Amino acid sequence: MRRTLITLAAIVLSLMLAQAPAAACAGLIGSNGAVNLGRTTTLAAYHNGVEHYITAFQFLGGGGQFGTLIPLPGIPSDVEKGGAWTLQRLIRETEPQVFRSLRGAIAAPAAADSAQVILEKRIDALDITVLKGGAKSVATWATDHGFRLSPDAPEVLEFYAARSPIFLAAVFDGDAAKARGQQVGDGTPVHITIPTPNPWVPLRILALGKKATDRVDADVFLLTDRTPTLMPGPRDGLGLLHSAPATDLLLRDLRSDEGMSWVPAKAWLTKLRIDAPASSLTYDLAVDATGSGTPSRVAAGLESPISPVAPAPAPETWMLFALVAVLLGAPVAASLVRARA
Amino acid sequence: MRHAIAAVALLAALVLSGCASAAAAGAQEVTIGFRYSKFIPAAITVPAGVPVTFTLRNDDPIGHEWIVGTPDVHATHRVGTEPYHEGRATEVTVPPFATRSTTISFTPGTYAFICHLPGHEGYGMKGTLTVRAR
Repeated sequence: MRRTLITLAAIVLSLMLAQAPAAACAGLIGSNGAVNLGRTTTLAAYHNGVEHYITAFQFLGGGGQFGTLIPLPGIPSDVEKGGAWTLQRLIRETEPQVFRSLRGAIAAPAAADSAQVILEKRIDALDITVLKGGAKSVATWATDHGFRLSPDAPEVLEFYAARSPIFLAAVFDGDAAKARGQQVGDGTPVHITIPTPNPWVPLRILALGKKATDRVDADVFLLTDRTPTLMPGPRDGLGLLHSAPATDLLLRDLRSDEGMSWVPAKAWLTKLRIDAPASSLTYDLAVDATGSGTPSRVAAGLESPISPVAPAPAPETWMLFALVAVLLGAPVAASLVRARA
Repeated sequence: MRHAIAAVALLAALVLSGCASAAAAGAQEVTIGFRYSKFIPAAITVPAGVPVTFTLRNDDPIGHEWIVGTPDVHATHRVGTEPYHEGRATEVTVPPFATRSTTISFTPGTYAFICHLPGHEGYGMKGTLTVRAR
């Protein structure tokens, strides 16, 4: 029996919900309107054809609202509050000497058609909305709901929408968080269950809203049934920190957390660290879930899922083609007329 | 036979007239696309002293603005707070998936056109307008 637990990568992209009309001139807000997060941590697990994303959304304080958009590989069957200690436990497993709190655990959108709202859920002070639509419709939805998208958002959202039209928007209600007594830095874990034959971990989204030279700092845990084959493999900015069978103790601890009974008896634990300038993070992480050892270049964002189509010639080129065709066709037409006569 | 040749000649004439017409229109009408938060094209040359109509087509799902002018103008907008630009031909806000037009006559020189929404200039949303004396 095959178990593939994929751990995964967290994506969080913080986008400010505009409180006032979005600034038109520079100077009203910080760079790109995005919040530069600390290190993000996410677990994505894949087992029996189901991907489990577990990430935490961090309360950043204030009474305003912050939002996050996460591209997903498929339509979630459920979104629920995540277990209280899963992410911390994974960090402790791979960094046993230093226990760190989840400081930026916020891992984690014409004439466009409207995005279809597939699921809405409130988890503590988080409003979760799962959307189905293309990059344009999701971006339009986000804008209509007060997200101020950074200038790289059109390209990045299209990058993801070409592979999956599903996005999750998480909006932190700062007032509700304060009313609940949440402190700055407190994270709300969210567990997203996604049946999919094609798991992948979105990494490029981590760079959204950042300047080219800004660093992206994220830990990605993969929990798979076997040693995973990754694409791309370790490289500058993407380090392999841990790769070993998950200990029985770890799996037992994870299984005992809320909503984690699906954790299998045996699994392989991988930990990757992303520490790279935003400009270099142009890919995602594909994890082979078939055991064939051939992760998808498309899933990794290294190749477009759309077959390349030759660009249409410019109108002027068409005119030249037409002119040449007409001139070349004249003798043929003349021959035909002559023959008929 | 004569009809065939006439038809060919007529087609050729139509094609050629289409080319000529497009070329003439290009001198005073410019279309600038906004795509992935970039101006396309980012370098434009127009003649001085004649009205030039710019068609600004935003193909992005986010709003942009097109502000053309001297370095002083841009320095002002870098610290400005106007949420929308309208009423000045050289400052145009273009909502997502919208198209706007503006007509301007220039004196010779080199000008920049920039989107001053936060982060957009730094992302590369800028271009150069060269105005040549006629």
